[in-house]
Amino acid sequence: MFRVWYRNFKVWLKHLQASLIGNLGQPFLFLLAFGFGLGKSVPEIEGMSYLQFIAPGLVASAVMYSAAFEATYGSYTRLSTQGTFEAILITPITIFELALGEILWGATKGLVAGLIMLATLPLFGVVPSTWALLMVPLLFVEGIIFSAFGLIMTAIATNYDFFNYFTSLVITPLFLFSGIFFSLKAVAPALRNVLMLLPLSNIVDLSRMLCYGRFNQTMPIELELLIILGFTLLSSWLAVILLKRRMIQ
Amino acid sequence: MEHIHARSPEREKTVLKIKGLRKNFGTRPVLRGIDIELVKGTCLGLLGPNGAGKTTTIRILLGLVIPTQGEIEVFGELYPESIRRVKYRIGVVPQMDNLDPDLTIFENLLVYANYFKIPRKVARQRAEELLEFFALKNRRNEIIQNLSGGQRRRLLLARALINKPELLILDEPTIGLDPQARLLMWQRLEALRKNGTTMLLTSHYMEEVSRLATQVIIIDNGKAIARGNPREIVEKMLGMEVIEFSADEERLNELAQLLKECNVETERVGTRLYVYIKAGCRELDEAASTMPHVVKRPATLEDLFLKLTGRKLREN
Repeated sequence: MFRVWYRNFKVWLKHLQASLIGNLGQPFLFLLAFGFGLGKSVPEIEGMSYLQFIAPGLVASAVMYSAAFEATYGSYTRLSTQGTFEAILITPITIFELALGEILWGATKGLVAGLIMLATLPLFGVVPSTWALLMVPLLFVEGIIFSAFGLIMTAIATNYDFFNYFTSLVITPLFLFSGIFFSLKAVAPALRNVLMLLPLSNIVDLSRMLCYGRFNQTMPIELELLIILGFTLLSSWLAVILLKRRMIQ
Repeated sequence: MEHIHARSPEREKTVLKIKGLRKNFGTRPVLRGIDIELVKGTCLGLLGPNGAGKTTTIRILLGLVIPTQGEIEVFGELYPESIRRVKYRIGVVPQMDNLDPDLTIFENLLVYANYFKIPRKVARQRAEELLEFFALKNRRNEIIQNLSGGQRRRLLLARALINKPELLILDEPTIGLDPQARLLMWQRLEALRKNGTTMLLTSHYMEEVSRLATQVIIIDNGKAIARGNPREIVEKMLGMEVIEFSADEERLNELAQLLKECNVETERVGTRLYVYIKAGCRELDEAASTMPHVVKRPATLEDLFLKLTGRKLREN
């Protein structure tokens, strides 16, 4: 598993610059446009400036984008054109280790993107609390979820265009409706309950809580963690099963 | 390259034993009961037209295809339980070039060694030796994309040897190479064989198989249709020599009639008549001296292959 991870890490070190800028560009632009631009004319939400309100969620979105991107375009390239998966599977590495290695790798890239974003928040006048250290494991788990989602798509993809569905039907809606840009506390309870069942909502909620050390989360912490754990296990399990079906006839 | 030898003396002389191997893809049978036995230190060639089941057999050995039925034993250990342990002792040159394009030659070998849990220091040393042996040493820091087809194939073979395999599986190892590059690959493979490396080879190049294999199995439609030492089965099933007559249809018909007296096998393909000679024959000698377009040559594995699997194009 770590051997598969290590291979990807080694390649990544070679393309460090392009990889980082590519994955961080979008969340930064949103932070600028919405935080500084729109934020000036939006009143405080939950006692925070709009910039403060959206910053932790954008950190979480950077993780999501980076992990999902790696496990789709990156993993699919290794699966199809490069034949890397096959080259690995003719060694003693099992399909189980390969799938988990790929998921862990996507999660690592997601975490790196999230942490860089988090570290630059003070430049925008957003100062995280010490609780923000706990965002590290949270964002890594988030990375696992979206990396596994991506790998599921990779396992059933027939070409790169297939990932357009994933981006426009899964990733973009999650980005917009997981409480990054508006407070889920303010929507009708029935709708809130539905939105809080989405994988990103709980992570955004907990990120905001940890980032500022303000424990006014939307639902009980145990429940939010349980939902996150459920998504982590379910998506990883499905990714392993589907990749096995794809690679072994 | 003495280090390619087996690590420990195997009590079992049989490296690979396959019995009654069957595989259906959906309802389509690809393997229909194949038996294979590979003795230590020998090279077994699997021959067959496209889609005959050679690559499927190899993929089953690597755990990439789950067989429908059949028994497999490698190094005396039963599949599928032992497959992971067994793979530490197998090296594979795949048909498709799947070298890591983002890494250099040297890094390709190191990353691969890591999959076999080979300690870093040992891996570096082995990689150096292999690059030397395969004439790649001065290109060790080159990115894969800059390599020629021949260099890539040599690196694939070097990569397959990084774990000092006791069984080397070669799936079309020289596919797409020019004659010079192919010759270099053959020389290296022959050197490995002389050192006692056990090999399982599939190929479409009969010359390659004749050169390397000590035993061959010809597979067609998922079944073994001939097996044995390549020279012996050609002699036994075809004869020592072939005479190719080319003439118009009428002339060839006459000739075929005439040769019925002889102990020969004939085969008509368009305006050619192939005569496989097992024993001398007066009628044949006479014909050979009177007909204008005659070629007499030793019978080859290719003749046998075409005789058994037919001359029609195989396309699904």
